Amino acid sequence: MAERYDVLVVGAGPAGLAATQAAAGYGARVGLVDAQSTQGGQVWRRDVRGAVPPDAAAAFRAVANLPNLDWLAQTQIVAATQNELLVEHDARARSLRYDKLVLACGARELLLPFPGWTLPGVFGAGGAQALVKQGWPIAGKRVVVAGSGPLLLAAAATLKKHGANVLGIYEQAAPAQLAAFASRLWRWPAKAAQAVALRAALAGVTYRAGAVVAAAHGDAQLRAIELRIGKQMRQIDCDHLAVGYGLVPNVELAELLGCALDASGRHPRVAVDADQRTSLANVYAAGEICGIGGRDAARIEGAIAGHAAAGAMQAAQAMQSARRRARRFSALLEMHFALDPRVRELATDDTVVCRCENVAWSALRDFDDARAAKLQTRCGMGACQGRICGTALAELGRYARGGLRPPIFPARLATLADSDFASIENQTAQ
Amino acid sequence: MSAFDLIVVGAGIVGAACADLAAAEGLHVAIVEPGPVGGGATAASMGHLVVMDDDPAELALSRYSQQLWEAYADLPEAEFSRCGTLWIARDEHERAGIAAKIARLAQAGVFAEAIDANALYELEPELAPGLAGGMLVAEEAVVYPPRVAEFLVKRATARNARLYLGRRAQRLVAEGVALDDGTRLSGPVLVATGCAVPELLPMLPMRARKGHLVITERYPAFVRHQLLELGYADSAHGNAPVSVAFNVQPRPTGQVLIGSSREFDDSRDISMSTVRTMLSRAFAFLPRLRYLQALRIWTGFRPTTPDGRPYLGAVPGLRNVWVAAGHEGLGVTTAFGSAGLLIDQLFGRRPAIDPAPYLPLRALA
Amino acid sequence: MSAAHTPIRLQVDGRSVTVPAGFSVAAAIAQVATAFGTRKDASLRAPLCGMGLCFECRVRIDGADHQRACMTLVREGMRVETTTEPAHG
Repeated sequence: MAERYDVLVVGAGPAGLAATQAAAGYGARVGLVDAQSTQGGQVWRRDVRGAVPPDAAAAFRAVANLPNLDWLAQTQIVAATQNELLVEHDARARSLRYDKLVLACGARELLLPFPGWTLPGVFGAGGAQALVKQGWPIAGKRVVVAGSGPLLLAAAATLKKHGANVLGIYEQAAPAQLAAFASRLWRWPAKAAQAVALRAALAGVTYRAGAVVAAAHGDAQLRAIELRIGKQMRQIDCDHLAVGYGLVPNVELAELLGCALDASGRHPRVAVDADQRTSLANVYAAGEICGIGGRDAARIEGAIAGHAAAGAMQAAQAMQSARRRARRFSALLEMHFALDPRVRELATDDTVVCRCENVAWSALRDFDDARAAKLQTRCGMGACQGRICGTALAELGRYARGGLRPPIFPARLATLADSDFASIENQTAQ
Repeated sequence: MSAFDLIVVGAGIVGAACADLAAAEGLHVAIVEPGPVGGGATAASMGHLVVMDDDPAELALSRYSQQLWEAYADLPEAEFSRCGTLWIARDEHERAGIAAKIARLAQAGVFAEAIDANALYELEPELAPGLAGGMLVAEEAVVYPPRVAEFLVKRATARNARLYLGRRAQRLVAEGVALDDGTRLSGPVLVATGCAVPELLPMLPMRARKGHLVITERYPAFVRHQLLELGYADSAHGNAPVSVAFNVQPRPTGQVLIGSSREFDDSRDISMSTVRTMLSRAFAFLPRLRYLQALRIWTGFRPTTPDGRPYLGAVPGLRNVWVAAGHEGLGVTTAFGSAGLLIDQLFGRRPAIDPAPYLPLRALA
Repeated sequence: MSAAHTPIRLQVDGRSVTVPAGFSVAAAIAQVATAFGTRKDASLRAPLCGMGLCFECRVRIDGADHQRACMTLVREGMRVETTTEPAHG
C-alpha cells in the first residue's frame, strides 16, 4: 500500500508550505508530511485559543484544497531510502515513494544543561510557546523567559497574551552586542517591524541583556531560579522558566539519507547548492535545516526547492538574489547572539545531561568520543536518540553527536514488521 | 621499539579478558584497539550468558567460561541479571528432545528442568497459547558486555598494561606488530580481532555473519526470562542464506531486546526484510510484542569459522603469534574461558579443559 | 471555530478533566498535575521541548505506554496515566 509522489515535502512550516505551493503549481502530485496535527511548523504553530497571523493564513490558504496535494498530518518518519519513506500514522505503517524529496524539517531549540533544568516547570522558550499555543494553562503563572535570540521576545509575547505574569526576559548576549544588532536591523524592515510590534506587546516587561540563568530550584517542581547578571547573583521566585539558547537544524533525516552535511559549525546543517539541491540528486533542502535563517529565508528557499523539484529551474533561479539577501540576516543573528562561553559551563557534576537515561555530567566529562560515551554510559541511547543531550554536548564542545540509527523516531514494532519497505542504508560510520 | 610480554590486538570482550588475565599473571601487556573498547561485536551482542549443548566442544567451553563469569555477578559494570534462560517447545516433537538436553547439560554440571505448558504460562504470561512446554536453565544470566570490556581493560592498565587506543595494528612484523602510526611493538602477539582476523592472519578463514537486533522502550516485566525457541540451534547452525529464530531478552533497564537473525553479508545496512521476518517470528511467540515501541535497530557481525568453533591457540607456522577469535554468537559467554585456555597454553600449562578442538591448526589441515 | 470550543472530557490519573477540543494531552495533564513521569533516581519530569523531540512528556494513553503528550490531541473518553519509569539496575 505504497503511495507515490512526484514531490514529497517533509515539514509543513514556512519552507515546506512554500515548496508545496511552488511544486503543486506545476500540477505535480505532491505529498506534504508533518508529525504535527496542523500546518505551520513551529513558527506558525496554530494557537488553539488565538487567531492565525495574516502571513501564516495566506500560506495555509495557498495550499488548501489543492486536488494534487496529499496533506499527511500526524505522520512520523520512521526510516528512509533515496526513493521511499517509511512513516507511521495512527499507529500504522505507510510507505511513501517519491521521485523528488524536499526536506524542510526546520529547527529545534538549543537546550543546555544547568543545575535544576530537569525540574517540572522548566521548559524551552519555544517549548513554552508551543505548549501554551496548545492550551497549556499559563494564566496567572509567574514566568521567567531566558536564554538567547529573538525567539525569547516571541515566546514572551505569546505567554503574556495568555495571561502569564512575565517577570522578565533575560538575554545572555551582552548589551553592546544587542545594540549593534538593533542598529543594523533597519536593513530588514519586516524584521524591524516585527521587533517593534513585539516590544510594544511586551511593554512594561523587564528586558535585560548580559543575564544568564545559572540554576533552577525546587523539589517536586520549580520554585525559583538563580540569575547571574555580571558578577551579581539574584534569586527570582517563579512557577515557570522558559529558557532556550537559539535554534539548531533538524538534520537527522538528511543524515540518515546520506546527504552531505556542512559540519563547519558546532551543529551540522544540510549542504545545498543554489537550487537547494543536496548532495543527493533527487533530494532538496530548504529553510532552517540549511542553517538558521528565519522565516523569510525559509519561504524563499522553500519556493526555490519546490520550483526546482518540479523541474522549473528558471523560476528557481529567479529567486536567488532574494535568497542571498534573506540569508545575510542569519549571519547577523549568529554574530550578535553568539553564546557567552559561561553558558557552556553551567552544568555541575551531578547535573543530568542525558535526560532519557539519566546520565550526569560527571559520568561524561572524560569522554572525547560520542560512541564510547554511549557504550559506557548509555548517554544518547534513549528515546530522544541524543537530540537533546547530543546537541548540548556538541555545543559544550565535547564531541559531535554520534551516528544515528533507525528508526529515526520510536515506532511500533508492528510498523517495522508490517511495512514493505526495502532496506535502510546505515550511513553512519562505525 | 617498545617491548612487551604480550601484545593483545583487539579490545573486544575476548581481547580484554585475555589482556586482563595476562596482566594478572604478571605479564607486561600492550593492548591495541582502533575503535572504542568493546565497540565491535561486543557492543552489538545481546550479552546472554548461555550454555549451548549441541556440540560437545561448545558445551565444554561455554560451561567452563560461565563458571568464570560468576566472579563478575556483583560487578556493577557487568549489570549482571540472573533472569534465567527459558527454552520454548512449540510442539510435542520439540518437547520430546528436552529430556536428552537436560541429561547432556547435567553431565556438564548445568541444572536444567523441564517445564510443562501450565508452568510455562505462569513463568511468561505473554507467550502465545498452544505452546507445548519448555526447559528452564534458571542460573543463566544476561550482562552488558561493553562495560565489562572497559572494566577489564582498565584493570589490566592498572596492572601496568599499556593501552594503544585509536591505533590499528597494520601488520605482523618479525617479533611483533607495526601500528598504523609507524610505532612498532615487540613481543608475542595475540590476535583477538574477531571478524578482522584475516587482515593479520590471512591463513585463518573467517566470515562475518550478520545479525539484526531491535530494542524497545522500557516495558518492565513484559517478559522475565531470556526466551529462546528450542529450534534456535537449527537456525544458528543451519546454512540457510538468511535464518531467524525467536530470541527475546528482558534487559535490566526494562527494555525488551529482540533477535535474532543470521546471514552472510558484509554490509552494515539494515535489511528490513530480515527485520520483518525476525519480528514476525517473535510476534508468533509473543503476540502483544507488536504493540511495543521500538527505539533502535542495529546490525552486528559474528566472527564465524568454518566449523563454528573459535580459534584458541598458537598460529601454526608463525613464531610467537597466538589467536583468540571466531566465537560466532558465543563470544561474550566464552570470553573468560577462552582467555583461560589461551593464557594456560601461552605458559605451557595444562588448561582446565581440553584445548584440542579449538586449536587453529585444524583450519590449515 | 466552533469545533475548537467543544468541551472534551478525559481522565488523567483517574481524575476527570475537561478541556476544549484541539488542546494537547500535555495541556490537559497540566490542569491537574505538574509531573508527567519519574526517573530511576525518583526525579520528576515534565515537558521540555513542547514539539515532540525530547520525549520528557511521555505518558500512558488508553493503555499504550510511551506516548508523547505534547503530540497527542485530546479525545473524548481518553484515559491518561502519568507514568513511573522503572528502576534500572
